[in-house]
Amino acid sequence: MHELGIVFYIIRDVKETALQNNVNHVSAVVMNIGEVSTVIPEYLTDCWRWAADKEEMLKGCELRINTIPAVTRCDTCGSEYDTVRYGKKCPHCGSDDTWLLCGNEVEIKEIEVT
Amino acid sequence: MLYQFTLKPMTDVKIIEIKKSVFADNDKDADALRSELKRRGVYLLNLMSAPGSGKTTTLIQTLNRIKDRIKVAVMEADIDSDVDAVKIKEATGIPSIQLHTGGMCHLDAEMTRQGLDNVSMDGVDLVILENVGNLVCPAEFDTGAVRNAMILSVPEGHDKPLKYPLMFTVCDLVIINKIDVMPYFDFDLEKCREYIHMRNPEARIIPICAKTGEGVDVLADWLVAEVQNWKQA
Ligand SMILES: Nc1nc2c(ncn2[C@@H]2O[C@H](COP(=O)(O)OP(=O)(O)O)[C@@H](O)[C@H]2O)c(=O)[nH]1
Ligand SMILES: [Mg+2]
Ligand SMILES: [Zn+2]
Repeated sequence: MHELGIVFYIIRDVKETALQNNVNHVSAVVMNIGEVSTVIPEYLTDCWRWAADKEEMLKGCELRINTIPAVTRCDTCGSEYDTVRYGKKCPHCGSDDTWLLCGNEVEIKEIEVT
Repeated sequence: MLYQFTLKPMTDVKIIEIKKSVFADNDKDADALRSELKRRGVYLLNLMSAPGSGKTTTLIQTLNRIKDRIKVAVMEADIDSDVDAVKIKEATGIPSIQLHTGGMCHLDAEMTRQGLDNVSMDGVDLVILENVGNLVCPAEFDTGAVRNAMILSVPEGHDKPLKYPLMFTVCDLVIINKIDVMPYFDFDLEKCREYIHMRNPEARIIPICAKTGEGVDVLADWLVAEVQNWKQA
């Protein structure tokens, strides 16, 4: 269960930021999760609930997820297209010379404190 | 720590911007470990695969072919019990230390470092890490290894590189194991090569049968040359 490991990393970073800002309770954590990041949002929120509630500072803290669409760029014809729908092959020119522009993020965007 | 914080008042909630990849700390730890190993002249190979693809069997065959040429140590993280470690010791005489991952799906750079602290590194040229059997998580967490290798076994199918793109992107070496059962599966080796090279054009591909040892000489020679070149570089 890969999401649990990620949750531990999030908790570590969030606690560190909170301490530096003299915050003693965090009410929400906002994540940017790319569509092709391999992180499954429902698993992440389930693991989050379980692990966050064990931390005094994060009791009841909500995990909100922004999904970042995956976009691939084609170096042959210069177009950008939906990665999830078309994959590695450019739907405009058929080229394989493509790369992922965004959609791989597993990023803590911000936290909300009260 | 060096993040940029912006404090924006919003009704009664304050927002603290972090904007940081969850993997950033681990990537930093991994780079630090890599430089430290470089200084000490210890080559770390991270061996990954799905459960049961043949990591332990391949290790045993390889160790027996290289142990007289370079000094090797093994770290086991595949399963929490020490069955693999015992098997390797019995078959090769090489002691391996068992890492306890507590059910985690991967090792990160910090866990790898802690493991290495328990390996007696005196004169060791190469440490092979048998990572947790999993094709998703270990690919995301850089362990600090010089090279990543993975084993794809024939029964898993030649289209695995399409299904697990990241794993094949991060691997420098792909070992195709269990070629003895090729006649029973519609495994297309040429298609498999093509799919692997789509993910990583530089990947080295070595087909073997760990059960009989076929092809393992190629793997062993590649590994010894790799370690020696790296040490001289
Ligand atoms: N037919 C065949 N079986 C193999 C080969 N290599 C490993 N196996 C078998 O696959 C199973 C799993 O091997 P193991 O090395 O424990 O895999 P690990 O879980 O990746 O460490 C064992 O039953 C091995 O005997 C091979 O080349 N051919
Ligand atoms: Mg094993
Ligand atoms: Zn195109």
